[in-house]
Amino acid sequence: MKRYMSLWCGMLLLLLTSLAHADLTIEITQGSDRATPIAVVPFAEQGAQLPTDIASVIANDLERSGQFKPLSRDDLIATPSASSEVNYRDWRAVDADYLVVGKVGTDGSIQYELMDVYGQERMLGKVINLASPDQSRAAAHRISDEIFEAITGIRGAFSTQIAYVTSQGVGEDIQYGLQVADADGYNSQQILSSDEPILSPAWSPDGQKLAYVSFETGRPAIYIQNLASSQRVRASSFEGINGAPAWSPDGRKLAMSLSKDGQPEIYVMDVGAGSFQRLTRSDAIDTEPTWAPDGKSLVFTSDRSGGPQLYRYDLASGEAKRLTFTGNYNSRGRFSPDGETLFMIHRGSQGFQVAKQDLETGRLTTLTDSRADESPSVAPNGTMVIFATQQGGKGVLSAVSADGNASFRLPAAQGDVREPAWSPFLN
Amino acid sequence: MHLSPYAKHLAAALSLVVMAGCSSTGGTQDGSMAGSEGAGSTSGGASSQGMNSGQVGSNSMGMRDGQQDDIPQVRTIYFDYDRDTIRSEFEPVMASHAQYLRSHPNANVVLQGHTDERGTREYNLALGERRANAVQRFLMVQGVSPSQLEVVSYGEERPAVRGSSEDSYAQNRRVVFDY
Repeated sequence: MKRYMSLWCGMLLLLLTSLAHADLTIEITQGSDRATPIAVVPFAEQGAQLPTDIASVIANDLERSGQFKPLSRDDLIATPSASSEVNYRDWRAVDADYLVVGKVGTDGSIQYELMDVYGQERMLGKVINLASPDQSRAAAHRISDEIFEAITGIRGAFSTQIAYVTSQGVGEDIQYGLQVADADGYNSQQILSSDEPILSPAWSPDGQKLAYVSFETGRPAIYIQNLASSQRVRASSFEGINGAPAWSPDGRKLAMSLSKDGQPEIYVMDVGAGSFQRLTRSDAIDTEPTWAPDGKSLVFTSDRSGGPQLYRYDLASGEAKRLTFTGNYNSRGRFSPDGETLFMIHRGSQGFQVAKQDLETGRLTTLTDSRADESPSVAPNGTMVIFATQQGGKGVLSAVSADGNASFRLPAAQGDVREPAWSPFLN
Repeated sequence: MHLSPYAKHLAAALSLVVMAGCSSTGGTQDGSMAGSEGAGSTSGGASSQGMNSGQVGSNSMGMRDGQQDDIPQVRTIYFDYDRDTIRSEFEPVMASHAQYLRSHPNANVVLQGHTDERGTREYNLALGERRANAVQRFLMVQGVSPSQLEVVSYGEERPAVRGSSEDSYAQNRRVVFDY
């Protein structure tokens, strides 16, 4: 009996541990035809061994962006570890446009170089010193950022994080968790667990805090939690809905939806002063606010015209203007960093899909072919949109490039995953 | 899988026994247990607050004193897609709750609004509230005091059943009377 009991306990512990470290894995679901071929040669290790395969992390980062197609390791024609050892002709022969080589020094530092194969020139050459070997994964993401920017001219977003919500169970027995992980799904950390719902995590612009909605008291309230200290405050707990928190670009204000007046209205809270200002006045649902990057307007979802559509509230004039007219369901808008594009959930022929609207032309384009998409969140460099969808009856995270050409999924080993929020740049 | 309330309590009790058994076996397992708890409690106060939410479950158990027999048995009513209209088939259910609440002025009920999974989460939170508000208005028209009623919308966050069939959707679009 005792033996069975310990087996049971072992399984229980295994379950608890895996719940606490619910890392996500990456599955590339669609590569872009226009992806640039790049060879990332395994880094030579001169004595010091790192816990991370640096070249593998870099290749995976670049592939996930949809803009690069790393060569398979079997296709690497040579294994140089410095530009002086590179024969450019070899790499032209295997159709690599770019080449990354590097080595781990005896002191554990990482040297790497990026080469333009056709131009036959070195574009980057750097040394990164690690304070400890467990920084090697972060260093690899930093290298990916630098390579991405050197080639595309766009700042890399591989050193960022994502927040998301997990849930397991059904009915009265659901366990909810709020997690923060690296943008590639690694190093997940649970920052809140509850047997009541958690939703709508939102990063402060400095990347130090998360605002979110938690039902832990039996009623929805908005909390602001400092990620480093775990200290948190209850920011809003009026009667009714306290939902959809969204930070202003300067981090001083939090827009939200409050139903204390009878129906959900958009409010703006001054986080420092703790004061609230009501923006919308309608007898419809007004929710899911998001700030334009310049902080001068907010876009929100309203069903004042019947079904949910997106409206733009101009802070100077106090006027709200309808933005979406394609289809009968457009909700949960999110701006591109340049403010020119609005990503949203659009009900199309197949179901609920991630779409984008050009704010100048008004043209709407569907980016996915799924049927139950939710919660789009844009990478800080604007190249990818992460969102929640379903796969095999389970909630999973997925991401699509802003042009719709490339996508990947981040399924969890167990349970449902949803409500992704891409962090701002953290470095 | 559908668990009766008794089965649920039995399951909860069993898992407590298993947990107790774990700590009595001691040794390394205690260590790893502490480790897994530590991972959850990096948030300090956040985690312990999360634990407190377990009290919602004990509320419903607290109703065992006295008047429980009188609370109407049917405590869930269902809605059509994208509607907050109370279907005529549920009017007798509504009337029985109204009568119970009128004759028990000290009884309080939380009207929990729920939606199916389609659409965005915060918008569904608002739709769930609209349903629960409709039930609240109905009860008030029938003479129930507003002080006995509270509305909490869960949107799509607490589905009664899993699945993406029309049948599961219909079971999830509901308002629950939580005394």
